[in-house]
Amino acid sequence: MIIRAYLEKVGRMAEKFVDTAGLMSMMLFQAVVHAFTPPVKFRNIFKQMEFVGVQSLFVVILTGSFTGMVLALQSFNALKRFGAESLVGPTVALSMARELGPVLTGLMVTGRAGSAMATELGTMRVTEQIDALVTMAVNPVKYLVVPRVVAGVLMFPLLAIITDFVGVLGGYLVGVKLLGINPGVYIGRTIDYVQIDDIFAGLYKATVFGLITTLVASFNGFYTTGGAEGVGRAATNSVVTASVMILVSDYLMSSFMV
Amino acid sequence: MSDMGMIKISGLKKYFGPKRVLDGVDLEIDKGKITVIIGRSGEGKSVLIKHIIGLLKPDEGQIFLEGQEISSMNERDWGEVRKRFGMLFQSAALFDSMTVGENVGFALKEHTELADEDIMKVVGEKLRRVGLVGVEHMMPAELSGGMKKRVGLARAIVMDPEIVLFDEPTTGLDPIMSDSIADLVLDTQRSLQTTYILITHDIPFTYKIADKIAMLHEGRIIEQGSVEQMKKNPNPVVRQFLEGRAEGPIKVY
Repeated sequence: MIIRAYLEKVGRMAEKFVDTAGLMSMMLFQAVVHAFTPPVKFRNIFKQMEFVGVQSLFVVILTGSFTGMVLALQSFNALKRFGAESLVGPTVALSMARELGPVLTGLMVTGRAGSAMATELGTMRVTEQIDALVTMAVNPVKYLVVPRVVAGVLMFPLLAIITDFVGVLGGYLVGVKLLGINPGVYIGRTIDYVQIDDIFAGLYKATVFGLITTLVASFNGFYTTGGAEGVGRAATNSVVTASVMILVSDYLMSSFMV
Repeated sequence: MSDMGMIKISGLKKYFGPKRVLDGVDLEIDKGKITVIIGRSGEGKSVLIKHIIGLLKPDEGQIFLEGQEISSMNERDWGEVRKRFGMLFQSAALFDSMTVGENVGFALKEHTELADEDIMKVVGEKLRRVGLVGVEHMMPAELSGGMKKRVGLARAIVMDPEIVLFDEPTTGLDPIMSDSIADLVLDTQRSLQTTYILITHDIPFTYKIADKIAMLHEGRIIEQGSVEQMKKNPNPVVRQFLEGRAEGPIKVY
């Protein structure tokens, strides 16, 4: 009996997972189709780009610079043991460009913008505003989901570049001004070892993270049920799901891109 | 089917999981008339009205609009059909990120080529029809419940639809405000001979406006007729509901 109850639970979970994955794929498909069907709502897209991008600047600059600084500190400590202090520059730059720039951007913006998106769409769902859109013959996926997903895909790489830049800058300040590495060596080694491909590898990731965050948030908000509690659940779920998906997809993409 | 039938609902069934909400609804809505569907809370009145505008799809049965089956249409065809409808939601469902003016003019902006100032002219005119002046720049959060309903009605009729659906237009309003909404319903309906479909459990409101009353009980339309016919209807379920008594054939949980 216990085994049966357990199996039923596993079965229900699997069913729910497949349901969710299917619905989300359908939403992505619809969003892609509507994104390329005129009329394109530039005004809504710009509004979301401002929300996802411009309003996230402060938080990504803060996380980017401190991460770069601590990376310089820690890698100096480690590299000093091999007498390779001159490699602090490339270590910081490569870590930021290939990994931490996009991932930190993804996680921070998911916490900030993803939760807000899920809350907004969830509130619109439970107060029948999404139904109202439908009754006015406006496709809610085109009107609400497409601008958010487009904004995510366009803005995440830009935010990742900024995170990379302030991270390298923070690393330089700590490495050169605080730890006394020769500035010429620091910059020279960084330029020697970091390739343009390393930067692009990070930007591809950021694009994918932008899609994940906005799609997951839109999906959770769009299918919210159960009033105020449901809206809260949608926000939490979208942050947790998107963060996990970012970390898992990051590993998968890294393993293909080495 | 009578020649007056604008909408014909036949054998409509809807289940939510194991729960049977609609159990074979048959109803004809007359063109240019006010049809009021009454019934207890939780009897599926909202579910019924959401089927008429395609927000829900029936599990069984059909809905016809002027002889054309709309219940089996895909979303793209529904887009065109819905332009013939307007709907006022129970909580008004105004877009809270937009001003009153933008709310009312929303459908015009999405579906017509009108310039912004022409849209605002139409918006001002529709708002006047529902008794509101100079509220275009207010946000929905600043409005009282009755004003929200009025703005919702202005938004529902802005495209001059042939059919307007009302989901409990007087719920949450005081009796005086309910009566003024009734006047508004009559006023806007008579001038354009629009087909109005309302769901409510507000009996004085129903008596004042209805051309036809249909009672939804346990998933079916059990009785229908004019106000006079319904007042004389001997069905004990109808009697209990219209007279608002706790004792009778309808069980109170």
